[in-house]
Amino acid sequence: MRETSLKMVHELAKKDPRVVFVGSDLGAGALDAMRKEMPERFYMEGVSEAAIIGMAAGLAMDGYIPYVNTIATFITRRCYEQVAVDLCLHNLPVRLIANGGGMVYAPLGPTHMAIEDIAIMRALPNMSVVAVADAEEMKRFMAATLDHPSPIYIRLAKGGDPVVTRPEHGFTLGKAIELKAPGRIGFITTGVMASRALAASEIMAKTNTPAGVLHMPTVKPLDESAVLALAARVERLVTVEEHSRIGGLGSAVSELLTDNGVRTPLLRLALPDQFPEDYGSQEHLLEQAGLSPAAIAEAAQRA
Amino acid sequence: MTAVVADSSSTAAGLDERSRYLRTLVVDALEGGGRGHVGAALSLIEIVRVLYDDILKVRPADPKWPDRDRLILSKGHGCLGLYALLADKGFVTMDDLKKQCRPGALLGGHPEIRIPGVEASTGALGHGLAIGVGLALAARMQKRPSRVFVVQGDGESNEGSVWEAALMAAKHRLANLTLIIDYNKMQSYGNVPDVLPLEPLADKLRAFGFGIAEADGHDVAQLQRVFSALPVDAAKPSAVICHTVKGRGIAVCEHNAAWHHKARLPADQAAALRQELMGA
Repeated sequence: MRETSLKMVHELAKKDPRVVFVGSDLGAGALDAMRKEMPERFYMEGVSEAAIIGMAAGLAMDGYIPYVNTIATFITRRCYEQVAVDLCLHNLPVRLIANGGGMVYAPLGPTHMAIEDIAIMRALPNMSVVAVADAEEMKRFMAATLDHPSPIYIRLAKGGDPVVTRPEHGFTLGKAIELKAPGRIGFITTGVMASRALAASEIMAKTNTPAGVLHMPTVKPLDESAVLALAARVERLVTVEEHSRIGGLGSAVSELLTDNGVRTPLLRLALPDQFPEDYGSQEHLLEQAGLSPAAIAEAAQRA
Repeated sequence: MTAVVADSSSTAAGLDERSRYLRTLVVDALEGGGRGHVGAALSLIEIVRVLYDDILKVRPADPKWPDRDRLILSKGHGCLGLYALLADKGFVTMDDLKKQCRPGALLGGHPEIRIPGVEASTGALGHGLAIGVGLALAARMQKRPSRVFVVQGDGESNEGSVWEAALMAAKHRLANLTLIIDYNKMQSYGNVPDVLPLEPLADKLRAFGFGIAEADGHDVAQLQRVFSALPVDAAKPSAVICHTVKGRGIAVCEHNAAWHHKARLPADQAAALRQELMGA
């Protein structure tokens, strides 16, 4: 997914002279093809996230569309005021490509795990928040980023994630995608949790609580009509996200239901409100947090 | 406390009529709006005066003209000084100036991009230079003659983002970018050397890769000479350290931390300040 997103920056840059890439001391060889082909629009800057966001803002003020890439925790926590003021207050078309959303960097510990990125990005006016499910959806999404006039936060997963979306789903910012028609239960997911919820729904298919999956590649703006329509069709909603239970997809859905007086029961499956305390793999930490397909299925049925 | 030595002409008497007139506009804004960062505005009057009168290629009737020079007031709290020039040049009206900070006003307590002539919304410190790096790179890529000027405070220079941006400006050899430091030696709490020393400031910026110039920031002729000779080095960004006096031109404000931010200026006091300025 990461490789696809960066390759797509290069593809977009070939089509549109406004596209520039700004990296923050990425791994050697990152996006070399673009660097070689169009060095004037390839910036590899230092470990200076605050200034890089400001620089991207300046470029965008004069007509460029900067795609800025570094690790998710650094592009959010480290330079939050620059993102808020330089990008969101000025409402500029800068794209933040955030490596390692959620528990991807499990072996590297809590400094590298982005567990509240969706919450803090979602709180900023003018910011859109996107977490696609797979590399194929990433291609469709990236192609749709060119002409959006405002900033977008793009949460990347690990890579090699199962492909669960199809070309006919297309991509429209702010539109949900029904991956599986709802049964008594409706899962609402974002990012790679789509494939886990689908797997959970397979487990549940033979029970008396079949479940569908509504994938929300865009957490903000939330596809409110899709959520409300689903809430009207199911006995229970279950949000699934690789993110703190504070402020992410589950919170967004909960806020929407509350604001509309919808009483459909909602179960929020998410990471606990604590810094990750273990290492190992993303898979391991997700299992610990109760986000394996079996645990998701069990929790959804138990509730 | 470290003593701050005033320069020899630290009263309105040492200022010419235009400099004193521009300060009366700051008094107008302060009186009309009922609040403002006075000291910071008064220390940078000559800097923005010389930029707008003699240096910047801008068009008040066409504020978004692509080939214009860009000025970012990174120390956004000095905005009354900028507003005085924007009103004087016709980007905004004198009425706008007198209504600053009131409900429905165009001008607020920090500059925002919806104001004609304002390039970036500032007020959070340490943002301007990095944005300036982006603007200067954009001008270079688009082969525009635009130059970028960033006016930064001395207290603002405490921010780490400033030094990140300085490294980047030097890396890209942005000769079309000039950092102007309004070095009035006072920040909110007190004197710069007591709160967080910056010296040797010129050496620091030189070591970061800037071409350095220094000037008396209230000496119009000196500022004209220095700004007209930019860039200092054709292969480097420039930094002009302007030695200024916080609150310059109004005796009660000078070197007075209590006038960093002033709330309420009664009409009689405003009249007295105008008298001090124009009667000087």
